[in-house]
Amino acid sequence: MRLISRRGLGAGLGRGLVCQQAVELVTLYLEGALRGAERRRFEKHLAGCPHCTEYLAQIRETIRLAGRVTPGDLTPQMRVDLTDLYRRWREEG
Amino acid sequence: MSSPWACAVPDLREDRLRTVVVWPPQPGRAVSDTLPAMEPDEELLRRLRAGDEQAFVALVERYNGSMLRLALSFVPSRAVAEEVVQDTWLAVLRGLAGFEGRSSLRTWMFTILANRARTTGARELRSIPVADAGPVVDASRFGPDGSWSVPPEHWVEEAEERIEAGKLTGLLRSAMDSLPARQREVVLLRDVEGLTSTEVCSVLAISEANQRVLLHRGRGKLRQVLEAELGGSR
Ligand SMILES: [Zn+2]
Repeated sequence: MRLISRRGLGAGLGRGLVCQQAVELVTLYLEGALRGAERRRFEKHLAGCPHCTEYLAQIRETIRLAGRVTPGDLTPQMRVDLTDLYRRWREEG
Repeated sequence: MSSPWACAVPDLREDRLRTVVVWPPQPGRAVSDTLPAMEPDEELLRRLRAGDEQAFVALVERYNGSMLRLALSFVPSRAVAEEVVQDTWLAVLRGLAGFEGRSSLRTWMFTILANRARTTGARELRSIPVADAGPVVDASRFGPDGSWSVPPEHWVEEAEERIEAGKLTGLLRSAMDSLPARQREVVLLRDVEGLTSTEVCSVLAISEANQRVLLHRGRGKLRQVLEAELGGSR
């Protein structure tokens, strides 16, 4: 019930999720924040829905690929500046 | 130029703990001579406390990029962001003696950074994200009964075969850059750096619920970018 009112999507109470609702629950599911009946309802939908299963797999793949991203190179100048900073700090102490 | 830590990636599939894996897999040998990357933070911390300059350099190589990106989402220019990051490194060094390890080293460092960047950027405390509350999948993809009318195509195992690695990374990096700042911060810390949700909430001073909303939107947009590149182009 909470799901429905929270999402504002109109599936009837007690009925299964529809795909449009299910995709909005993916993060809660992956974060372990879907509990009890909510979780069972989500998993039941997945079990019967290859497309949402695919969607979930795509999100997992997105996360995995994001983990490959390197946030940026250290420029030679920054390396020099930070090494200097370290040496100055050593002299401080 | 590729970063010397380009091969150190957090394994997020089972999230929680950051497990560093070598990519591409090259059993038995380091990917580059200068690579300090497989060393756990705790070990770098220990060496740093023992006065090892190389440990500091290794830490900088590991985290400076993310710090800069995080800072950039709070302050107006790259120059200011670089300043904030340098201040942060100095604060880290000065704080080493007092760091008790109640949080992980990186959480502690990112928290120092976020606090400084926030102060510098004078960005007011978090008016949170409800504004960007669109669906993660466009409504046009569903029929009137809420089931897929244009379902996702299958590409998950093919991404890396079909897009060259550098391009894939570039694609995701620019997708992250174009996320709204709050989403970018969360995705960067969770999915790129591999912090736990609790750590992210603590660094960014947001609630678990907000963290999830931001993560949901951010990941949804990254997926869309991949789909645009990969979906249905066969
Ligand atoms: Zn479905």
